[in-house]
Amino acid sequence: MAAKPENKIIVVGGGLSGLMATMKICEGGGKVDLFSYCPVKRSHSLCAQGGINACMDTKGEHDSIYEHFDDTVYGGDFLADQIAVKGMVEAAPKLIKMFDRMGVPFTRTPEGVLDLRNFGGQKNKRTCFAGSTTGQQLLYALDEQVRRLEVKGKVQKYEFWEFIKVIKNKEGAVRGIVAQNMNTNEIVAFPGEVVILATGGPGQVFGRCTASTICNGSAVTAVYKQGAHIGNPEFIQIHPTAIPGSDKNRLMSEACRGEGGRVWVYKDGKPWYFLEEMYPAYGNLVPRDVASRAIYKVCVHMGLGINGENRVYLDLSHIPADYLEHKLGGILEMYSEFVGDDPRKVPMEIFPSVHYSMGGIWVDRLHHTNIPGLMASGECDYQYHGANRLGANSLLSATYSGTVSGPEALRLARSGELGPMLTQEELDAARQECVEEFDKIRAMDGEENAHRLHQELGELMYKYVAIERDNNGLDQCLKELKGILKRWDNIGVTDHGTVANQEAMFVRQLRNMILYAMVVTKAARMRDESRGAHAKIKLDANGKQMKDADGELVFMGRDDEHFMRTTIVDYDPATEEPQVSYMEFDHSLIKPRARNYAVAKKE
Amino acid sequence: MADKMVRFIIERQDGPNEKPYNQEFDVPYRPALNVVASLMEIQKNPVTVDGKRVPPVVWECNCLEKVCGACMMVINGMARQACCALIDELKQPIHLQPARTFPVIRDLLIDRSVMFESLKKIQGWVEVDGSWEVKDAPIQNPYTAETAYEISHCMTCGCCLEACPNVGPQSDFIGPAPTVQAYLFNLHPLGKFDAPKRLNALMEKGGITSCGNSQNCVEVCPKSIKLTTYLAQLNRDVNKQALRNMFDK
Repeated sequence: MAAKPENKIIVVGGGLSGLMATMKICEGGGKVDLFSYCPVKRSHSLCAQGGINACMDTKGEHDSIYEHFDDTVYGGDFLADQIAVKGMVEAAPKLIKMFDRMGVPFTRTPEGVLDLRNFGGQKNKRTCFAGSTTGQQLLYALDEQVRRLEVKGKVQKYEFWEFIKVIKNKEGAVRGIVAQNMNTNEIVAFPGEVVILATGGPGQVFGRCTASTICNGSAVTAVYKQGAHIGNPEFIQIHPTAIPGSDKNRLMSEACRGEGGRVWVYKDGKPWYFLEEMYPAYGNLVPRDVASRAIYKVCVHMGLGINGENRVYLDLSHIPADYLEHKLGGILEMYSEFVGDDPRKVPMEIFPSVHYSMGGIWVDRLHHTNIPGLMASGECDYQYHGANRLGANSLLSATYSGTVSGPEALRLARSGELGPMLTQEELDAARQECVEEFDKIRAMDGEENAHRLHQELGELMYKYVAIERDNNGLDQCLKELKGILKRWDNIGVTDHGTVANQEAMFVRQLRNMILYAMVVTKAARMRDESRGAHAKIKLDANGKQMKDADGELVFMGRDDEHFMRTTIVDYDPATEEPQVSYMEFDHSLIKPRARNYAVAKKE
Repeated sequence: MADKMVRFIIERQDGPNEKPYNQEFDVPYRPALNVVASLMEIQKNPVTVDGKRVPPVVWECNCLEKVCGACMMVINGMARQACCALIDELKQPIHLQPARTFPVIRDLLIDRSVMFESLKKIQGWVEVDGSWEVKDAPIQNPYTAETAYEISHCMTCGCCLEACPNVGPQSDFIGPAPTVQAYLFNLHPLGKFDAPKRLNALMEKGGITSCGNSQNCVEVCPKSIKLTTYLAQLNRDVNKQALRNMFDK
């Protein structure tokens, strides 16, 4: 039998998903050109703390894969493709064993097997973890395996390279990319048989968030402009427990509550454990959208935040210090370091923050986008989480999606379905366009400072498109976003050079961030219901937020008849405005039911 | 309003082969301000204390939570992560310099690719058959796993290389961080199958014999990894391996 051809796949992004896809492609006999903003070992996956869900059932609780499946679909408020979710939860225990073999230092029980902890929206212990730095440990394991493949000549890394756009052949199939070396600023067109984007989330669109500075969604917007559908972008996860900061909101893992942490504020001079009172069945371990709304309500509407500020207590001080050290050491150290207080002794002060995007590039179950030859996996795609992601399902979806997209990319490359590779002329033309764009940006001499404009963008998005939304605010936000987009033209750069010109590269990313903000806002405006992380307040005839007899805000309900559909957003090149439509998806396995965490789940 | 200002003296360099020079910036003070947040303020208003508008300072950062390792630089003479360098705890004016153990690309941005190359030399991975399902992973001693967990926090930031007097043009020493990673993989029940390969690699030029036991590394490790302890244990393992090699000849 003749040896299989060594097909070359381009993978953009070196987080968990990109590395997993890379490994699978190499194991299938292909080769990978791997592009990343940073050494892949510094990718944002490492910020995940609490753990990774998989039904290991080693705690005598009779946990089942079906239960994980149902928790995920129910937690996502019935907006996730159920066939896709089923595939993910079934694969989960196998992926944990793979990581264990690769040397991930999971936290273990006295008997030496993997320990499990509780996590939000799940009644059984199902979360495997390595202290409170699970993402770092998983990422390192794949980083090591990919380094091994690099030594074998299977992987060529392009670290400190920024993806600019994809290049299509005459038949419209993606067969290469343009990228820029962030240190020398050289712009190069690379041919590849198939391109997988694994570029992570768009947190920076909101400015301060729990994401790394590299999570700007710029690559996603780039392919959106080139015709890729964006799916469910209005579903932005707000994590309930982050340390507010002026440079970033630092995540304080859900594992704190999983290990017994309690959330409270003073009410009438006494601690009020409001999550436990509002949601007796799940208590502090309600899913993130539910917890965030409750904290927001307690602080903003009831005025009960600590010292009148937007803060509540996350309390671990009742738990023995050595237990905390063993289970949560890393993040408690982080809190002490950045805040100065010791969470083993005094309650932490936290507030919700933008954290994760359930939405992203629309993909089918094999992770193809609607553009032939372009695939997407990891947080940058829209799959698996519906309207709200359960904690510890993101490390799972990132890894799992790579195990799907990688082999499928190789199959596609070998299928001959995509038509001719790019000609030198086509590569040169695409490169030239990007060179001209970059030169234009380097020469911008307007009044606006890009970083200040970015700050305004984030503040605007937090004001109108965060925990509580209403149609007036969303209309206003869209109007103001158009203003910000216009002001982008008037940016002035002070760095005109071509050595690591971070300012010019940021200006290019910023325009994409503004366009993505419009995508999120428009999709939120069009979805007239509340579902998962998208909570919309009803307006009265005068356009005021509606309140009931008790003075409580009235939210729209979930509207399965009209909105149990995937939001699809397309780019209109003429107006640069997002166009919203809806697509049916598979929800044939679990019948939708009302979501209520005050009572135990009924299937 | 007369805001309290924080003075920064930043060593800049326009390109890999350019001469370094200092520039001074004032950043408005606020509680909990750190060095990365200050550099971000400079981006928003890149004007020196002399009122000169200049290109914003170039540096590398990602996570801002002391877990990615990107923002290592020399702050008031000490190699550390800039994101968790709180202004309240630093003597002012604050001096920022690139970690010159590594080639400077521009300003505070350095090229640490040599560290990742060293991880190849020590074969820093477990030689698994593949990512497919093989079998259950072996049970592990939970105490050994805790040691592995400690070492596995190494974020390849390079503080220990910057602080080590034996890393530099005068020596081939690959440095404490990559060396100690060999110990990590030798601990793993599957990884230890290849322990002789890693130990033999550490016998070569730039390996553990280049360690001068100055103990600087353990002082600066932002993850408090007991680097010197593991270097000592590795030294013992390497010696044992050398004896074994002699008898196997």
